[in-house]
Formats: sequence, C-alpha cells, structure tokens
Amino acid sequence: MHELSIAMNIVDIADEETKKANAKKVYEIELEIGTMSGIVLEALEFALQEAVKDSVLGKAKIKITEIQAKAKCLNCLHIFKIEDLYSPCPNCNEFKTEIISGKELRVKSLKVE
Amino acid sequence: MCETCGCGESNSFSIRKPGETIENNPEHTHTHSHSHLHDGSEHAHSHSHAHTHDYNHEHHHHHEESDHAHHHHDYQHKHSHGTEIKVETDILHKNNLIAERNRGFFEAKNIFALNLVSSPGSGKTSLIERSIKDLSKDVNFYIIEGDQQTMNDANRIEAAGAPVVQINTGNGCHLDADMINKAVKKLEVENNSLLIIENVGNLICPSLFDLGESKRIVIISVTEGEDKPIKYPTMFQSSDICIINKTDLLPYVDFDINKAKEYAHQVNHHLEFFELSVKTGEGMDKWHEWLKSQIG
Repeated sequence: MHELSIAMNIVDIADEETKKANAKKVYEIELEIGTMSGIVLEALEFALQEAVKDSVLGKAKIKITEIQAKAKCLNCLHIFKIEDLYSPCPNCNEFKTEIISGKELRVKSLKVE
Repeated sequence: MCETCGCGESNSFSIRKPGETIENNPEHTHTHSHSHLHDGSEHAHSHSHAHTHDYNHEHHHHHEESDHAHHHHDYQHKHSHGTEIKVETDILHKNNLIAERNRGFFEAKNIFALNLVSSPGSGKTSLIERSIKDLSKDVNFYIIEGDQQTMNDANRIEAAGAPVVQINTGNGCHLDADMINKAVKKLEVENNSLLIIENVGNLICPSLFDLGESKRIVIISVTEGEDKPIKYPTMFQSSDICIINKTDLLPYVDFDINKAKEYAHQVNHHLEFFELSVKTGEGMDKWHEWLKSQIG
C-alpha cells in the first residue's frame, strides 16, 4: 500500500502551498498521474479518502488527470503509446525503448480561498 | 495521520542496533519531519510512543458527501472567488530531496551504497552474509536491514561480523530516504566503505522510493517464475543490476534462465546480470570482483 504514502505526501504539499498562499482551505486539487507511474489509481483514491481527513484538503474536490504513457524507440525513433513496460516498438519490433511520458506523479494545481 | 498505524501522528518506524529493545530505544518514535497546520511551523515528533492503541478509535464511515471525482468524471463546479496556485510539484519530491542529500553524503565520504530489493525469500540476507564472510578483509561493510518486524536479519548480520542497524517499518511496505538518513547516522558509517541496504521484501512498493543509493540491485531466485521481470516490471525497470540466485537448484526446477534474462532486458535494456548460488558459491567470484572494483 505505497499509495497511502503517496496520499500523505499529497496532503503535505497541499498544506505547505496553502500556508505559503496565506489561504485557509483548498476547494480543488488537481493531480497528474502517469499510467506507468506505479500507482493504482483506485488505491490512491481510497487512500486519499483517509489521508485528507482533518487536513486542508478535507473538503477539496480531487481531480485526477491520467497521463497516457508513451515510449520512444531507440532504433527507429517511433513514438508510441504503451500499456506495459515490456512490449516492443510496434513499428520495428525493437525492445530498446525509452519512456518519454507516463511516469508522472504530480500535484499540478490547487484552488484555494 | 500516521501512514503505518493510522494514529494521529506521522509515520512510525524504529531503528535499532542488535540488542536494543523497543523500550530503551529513543528512535522508536514518530520521527518523520512532517509539517502540520496547527502552529504553522515544521516540527519533528520525537516523543516516545508505545503502539498499543488501547484507546477507542471510532471510525465514522459516513463519508460526508465524499466529493472525490473519478478521473474520468468531468464535473463542472465554478467558484467565483479564490485563487489558483500552479504547484507543478512531484508528489515524491520530499523523498527525492532527502535521497539526494543521502547521495551527496555518500559521495563525500566515498561510501558505495547498494539498495537490495526482491520478493521475500530470494536470498538477500544470505547474499549479504556470504559477502561479508568472504570479503571482510578487503571491504568495510555496513548494513541497514529493512523488515516490517523482528531483529532476526540484523542478528544474522551481526553474527556474520558487520555493523548493522535494523529498521522495522511496522506496517510499512518499503524503506524511504528519511529512514536511511536516520539509520546512517545511527550506524556511523566510516569513509571508504560499502553500505548495503536490504529493503523490505516486496517487488512493488520499494521501486518508487529513491534512497540515495549508488546502485539498485534486484534479486530473483530460480525457484520463482522466470516471468517475474514482466509481472513486476517497475522494479526491474528502476534497477541497475539483476542477480539471479540459487542457480544450484536449476536442475530441479523449470526455470529458464535465458528466458528470465530476456524478459528482464525487454523491461530494461541497461540491466547487468550476475548468476550465482550463495549456497554453493558458484558465480560468487564475479560478484565479489565487481563489488571490490566499485569501492576501489
């Protein structure tokens, strides 16, 4: 359940940013989570329900944007969507590929008042 | 909230040397530095805290209109007042910052730090024990053991002859950079040494948490399935080296070692392999040579 650690970190970041902005509470938080980030979205949502209690995020809407993972083939430079970490380039069948997006675990923005 | 025990404090873990008990150990505390809203300043919880939880926790599960939006759920909610803050912060940035501090500390002291990850039972502790026994003349070993519970591994390492501290994560499923930061201080690691961190036996969670290590090493044993690398790809993708252990058992199991390496390479084409048997010593020479070359 590393999702709970992730959820706690999200609360910490919201806490700090809210303080910096001299705001009292957050009414919306936007997260960006890559599809190859190693996070199970349902588990994160579940963990967040617990983690936000008694925090600045207690009443906040949580908006999660998933970022589709993409890889670049190191052989033919083709860029393609990936659903796993072990499939070859669909263009030339090369396994030497590099992930260019989809590892994101990011707090994008907060709406505070 | 503590992410391991669910109490009102921040995360709880303990760091002990062999022979220390929880009661006399000042570090069995809530020591995560963790900012809270109440007084507006960052503070560490450092009071001792027995984890008996005999007070009544009442869990009200009425989820007052839980307004967690689903990721595919586009709701419209306009606020006419309020401010938007562009945060753009990595959720793990705190861990990553501490990991980089650890890394700088290791570099300055010429400490070569390894993070050993695997599922339980693949032979991490045995590999460390054997390496200590075989190389203690040439190498200064320091070991950090990570387990949810017990001092068993630390006791084994102490018997093998290396300084060790045990981190017990309670219910936690991985070590993090902050734990290592504290454990290294307790261990008083000397210059020009080899620090081996044995992570909690788990092929999933530790993959996301940089500890500041020089190299991450994933271990699989031939009694596991050869498809482990594609079943748990995140761990193999984030590792530098893959050790295939228990090769003495190859005649008795259906493990196709070439297939396992092929799968691992599909996930991460940078991976380097060591094939060895800690029990018989087969293949250990190469491993020892590599270790010595990294420290020298």
